[in-house]
Amino acid sequence: MDNDTDKTMPLQEAVSRYVKKGAHISIGGFTLNRNPMAAVYEIIRQKITDLHLYAHSNGTGLDELIGAGCISKLEIAYGGNGKAAPTCIRFAKAIQNNDILFEDYSNYMMSLRFMAGAMGVPFLPTLSGLGSDIVSTWGFPESLRRSDPKIVDRKLAVVDNPFGNWGGAKKVVAVPAITPDVTIIHVQKADAMGTCSIKGLAFADVEQVKASRHVIVTCENLVEKAELRKNPDMNQIPFIHVTAVCHVPFGGYPTAVYGHYDYDSQYLKKFAAAAKDKDAFKAYQDAWVYGVNSHEQFLQQVGKESLAAIAADPETGYSVNMKRD
Amino acid sequence: MDMSYTPKEIMTIMAAREIKNGDIVFSGTGISMLAAMAAKKINAPDSVIFFETGAMDSLLEEIPFAVADPRIMYWAAANSSLTDAFATMQNRITGDRVIAILGAAQIDMYGNLNTTCIGDYFSPDIRFSGSGGGCDVASFVPRCIAFMQHEKRKFVNQLDYLTSPGQLSGNGSREAAGLRSGGVSVVVTNLGVMRFDPDTGKMYLDQYYPGTTPGMILENTQFHMDVSQAVQALPPTEKELRILRENCDPQRLILGPAG
Repeated sequence: MDNDTDKTMPLQEAVSRYVKKGAHISIGGFTLNRNPMAAVYEIIRQKITDLHLYAHSNGTGLDELIGAGCISKLEIAYGGNGKAAPTCIRFAKAIQNNDILFEDYSNYMMSLRFMAGAMGVPFLPTLSGLGSDIVSTWGFPESLRRSDPKIVDRKLAVVDNPFGNWGGAKKVVAVPAITPDVTIIHVQKADAMGTCSIKGLAFADVEQVKASRHVIVTCENLVEKAELRKNPDMNQIPFIHVTAVCHVPFGGYPTAVYGHYDYDSQYLKKFAAAAKDKDAFKAYQDAWVYGVNSHEQFLQQVGKESLAAIAADPETGYSVNMKRD
Repeated sequence: MDMSYTPKEIMTIMAAREIKNGDIVFSGTGISMLAAMAAKKINAPDSVIFFETGAMDSLLEEIPFAVADPRIMYWAAANSSLTDAFATMQNRITGDRVIAILGAAQIDMYGNLNTTCIGDYFSPDIRFSGSGGGCDVASFVPRCIAFMQHEKRKFVNQLDYLTSPGQLSGNGSREAAGLRSGGVSVVVTNLGVMRFDPDTGKMYLDQYYPGTTPGMILENTQFHMDVSQAVQALPPTEKELRILRENCDPQRLILGPAG
């Protein structure tokens, strides 16, 4: 990979090139923070379906994708979106109505699965979940596990500690590696080659990126290489992992991007209200997702006033005393 | 100072009393976050609040509404990652200092929790968010506080799904399954405080609040619970209520309307 490859491209192109029907994908962020929302909306507009989504705790992005019918299989630890939707509403309905296949893990299990993928090992062990239904109850049909080469044969395995009682554990839960076809993250700063600097919590973005065949980075600020190279200890992701870079200011909206803007609790409330009813949700996505042709146009529809209300205070990184009912 | 209090206020204070100086408090959102803040300001100034997302010792000038709220990232000792946060709990050096505060849709007599679904797993009547970090922390750490509304449909004989392990089926079955001792150690509800017998692993009534009785608690519980050791709880003190109301949640974002 050439050290100076310019990987910038329009988001529409990155999504159509790397997110194919049936792809196994993961998206960065956590519940209502730093979801790659511009890319999520672009996937929905391009009507890419039959996706297999891997997530630890996901919220806004997950529920938009499920509500739009883009997801057919889901491996997840948590679907919730803060106060607006403690359980993601389209996620819950999709499971209650048998619309998707799903597999439950814990947050640590999913994080370790990404880490195993990033490390190139088949599994990693944990003491989490022994005796629980997460270990004993499997969601995907056995026939699917056997027939689909991209899905591991077993959800997980309880194995004896090969080192006896070393470390104070007789048994461990081995969780299988994940290697998504594509991971999409949204960051504060990236350069044209794809080196990224994340401010605030990284969640499991770094592991998700390093486990993936392809990586799309959307960024608030597209900066000169020199700006990132001056402070390499602030950079979590070096360019070698990244396939495409898209400059999308407010690309995490309506979720929060630390140091730039807060989550838009008014938007999330409107989204949750619509999600309670299938027709209302369709009308919502018709107006706010399909009704615009780009994230830029979506932001125009949201309006300058709403964006100004969530602007982050430079000291604290969030919008101080913001209305959050 | 109005000394009458709401169920949420007494629950928050009872949970805060469980937190000791030096504890590392694994906090969720809502009332559990408020209890962690109250403990720090009332009885455990050297406790440390941390989040599964990786923020350690956040300042919390405003109440966060999610464990990924940007409000937890400000003035933290470190903002790390999920793998790091869970390692802090699984690691015995730090993990033994962790006390978790959890909520659930169902709890059984052994302190096992369900945060996944009501009804059949594959076609549930109600689907909830799922484990998140709940199963992890309940597997790893010696003490967990469970916050529950005390209702018969929530204190059940049989969970619809066992998301987070407590004492499993009691009598040492947790340790036999390969887990370290720990899990849910205290249950704080709107009626009282329950703990677990160290031998059998069964829940017993420890304290009932002024205005409630052991009988009321049994009426709202599906399974049999020993109430023979129960005492009336000391009501919230003026100091506890003042700090909770004035310094923790002055806008009553989580406490809700005053009593």
